[in-house]
Amino acid sequence: MSTQGQPWMISVFLLAVFLTGWHLFTLRPAFDPKGKTDEQLQLMEFNGDIVRTPEGGYAWNPEKEKVKGVPGPLMVFDKARMELAEAFVKKGTNDHGIAYLVVYTVSRFAAGFLAASVVAIMLGVLLGLNKALFQAVNPFIQILKPISPLAWMPLLLYTVKDPKWTAVLVVFMAAIWPTLATTAFGVTSLRKEYLHVAAILQLSWFKRLYKVILPGAAPTIVNGLRISFGSALVAVVPAEMLLGELGVGYLSWIEWNNLDIAGVIFAILVVGVVGVILDSGFNKLAGLVTYQE
Amino acid sequence: MAFLQIDHMTKFFPSHSGGSPVCIFKDVTIKIEKGEFVTTIGHSGCGKSTLLNIIAGLESATEGGVILNGREAAGPGLDRMVVFQNFALMPWMTVFDNIRLAVRAAYPDWDREKIAAHVHKYIALVGLKGAETKRPTALSGGMKQRVGLARAFAIEPKVLLLDEPFAQIDALTRGVIQEELIQMWNATRNTVFMVTHDVDEAILLSDRILLMTNGPGARIAENVIVTIPRPRARVTVIEHPHYYKIRNHIIHFLVEHAKHDDVEVASGASDGKSPRVVDFDKESLILR
Repeated sequence: MSTQGQPWMISVFLLAVFLTGWHLFTLRPAFDPKGKTDEQLQLMEFNGDIVRTPEGGYAWNPEKEKVKGVPGPLMVFDKARMELAEAFVKKGTNDHGIAYLVVYTVSRFAAGFLAASVVAIMLGVLLGLNKALFQAVNPFIQILKPISPLAWMPLLLYTVKDPKWTAVLVVFMAAIWPTLATTAFGVTSLRKEYLHVAAILQLSWFKRLYKVILPGAAPTIVNGLRISFGSALVAVVPAEMLLGELGVGYLSWIEWNNLDIAGVIFAILVVGVVGVILDSGFNKLAGLVTYQE
Repeated sequence: MAFLQIDHMTKFFPSHSGGSPVCIFKDVTIKIEKGEFVTTIGHSGCGKSTLLNIIAGLESATEGGVILNGREAAGPGLDRMVVFQNFALMPWMTVFDNIRLAVRAAYPDWDREKIAAHVHKYIALVGLKGAETKRPTALSGGMKQRVGLARAFAIEPKVLLLDEPFAQIDALTRGVIQEELIQMWNATRNTVFMVTHDVDEAILLSDRILLMTNGPGARIAENVIVTIPRPRARVTVIEHPHYYKIRNHIIHFLVEHAKHDDVEVASGASDGKSPRVVDFDKESLILR
């Protein structure tokens, strides 16, 4: 073997180092009653800082520990185990298991992203084929493109009056611009010979579109979709937080409101996992439509 | 009237600097009989590819038009298929699908089996059997242009337009494909209009070679008859007594016109309108 070793071994090693470091830094010494009078101990117990152990001694109150400092990996692990055990349980209108939250977020994301992609590709092809229209519309796209999708939220909430659809529309707004701009670019920069062949063969407008223009521009369109995908994924979490829509982004916020920092860390990890799942699905789809020149 | 006639055609391009339009070529008239193989040679930039694109209907002439089989041919159509210099194969389609796209367009009322059989026939004709499912990326330049030729011949166009078809293929393969083209042409006797700057290629393939002067305002100055009998092959054609006469004549023309555009100086007898005919079978007519 080379000196570089196996990458996965290095990954495991880095994870172990990180977890150990995290554990050591967040470790708190056990409560030591030495040097404290009985009145002081009683007062601390009264305040809820410490609790009596069954053996008759004192220990830090585990409930208060949760909000003191950063929780260690073991606490997060405990929290994760608890959440995953109840993954499919609905405890109330606002307390659904983690599996439900993932499904909510993924479907919200998928609806917004797919709708945006369809609209953006159709508009992009239209603009790509019509140079004058493209030049006329381009300034508006340039102004709308850099606007954070979250900036639209109050207006969207006011117009559609439904937080559920507002969240989807925020994802839509995040996903539409990159795909639109790159699709139009991909169609305009399509090699002229392909269109020449289509013209000589007298292909119908529809055939020209799906036999030549769309597959020809597909690699560029996929690049745009990839950028849209990233910005939509970034937008879905704060949209859920601000709108109070159930989902993994909302989970992070609700755990913060509960002052459950271990829960927040768990929610962050879930967001990461959901991102990886969506991303690998996207890459599989992208591989189907791209080609090499 | 000739089978394919380019009639008093003039092309202006808008000037880049915003000045008056630039004349690419002026008052070009070409008459091509059915089954003739005619080649135009000229320096790059003389407008020969533009001329071919106008015949194909991919560009429009400023003045004049194209008459094919007694009817004006405006806009692109299946009766004038182009073999492109850079192949123009769809990289997202297999070899088979590239040709099938064309065959399906040319014969919309054929059923699936008939189309497939026709495509296979032309793939076999260019010796690409076994490469049907490959994509153009996996092919060499020579194989790509074989697909391009198969696609063009498969739709059986009235006129085949070859736009420097072998310019991007290495010299050794080029010769092989040129002979394959001769065989395909012998079998079909298509009417062909080719544009090239390869003199040997032009002599090997053509019945007549039109020499174009340098632009701007280029025109067809000479009409060289290739007086070498068919069938021709690369090894035998160079042994014909006229081969080097024709070759030297063309190269002399090209070198002369690289120096100055003045046609009358080089070709003497030309009246400035119709091209001077150069026929080495009637050698007494050649002044040079």
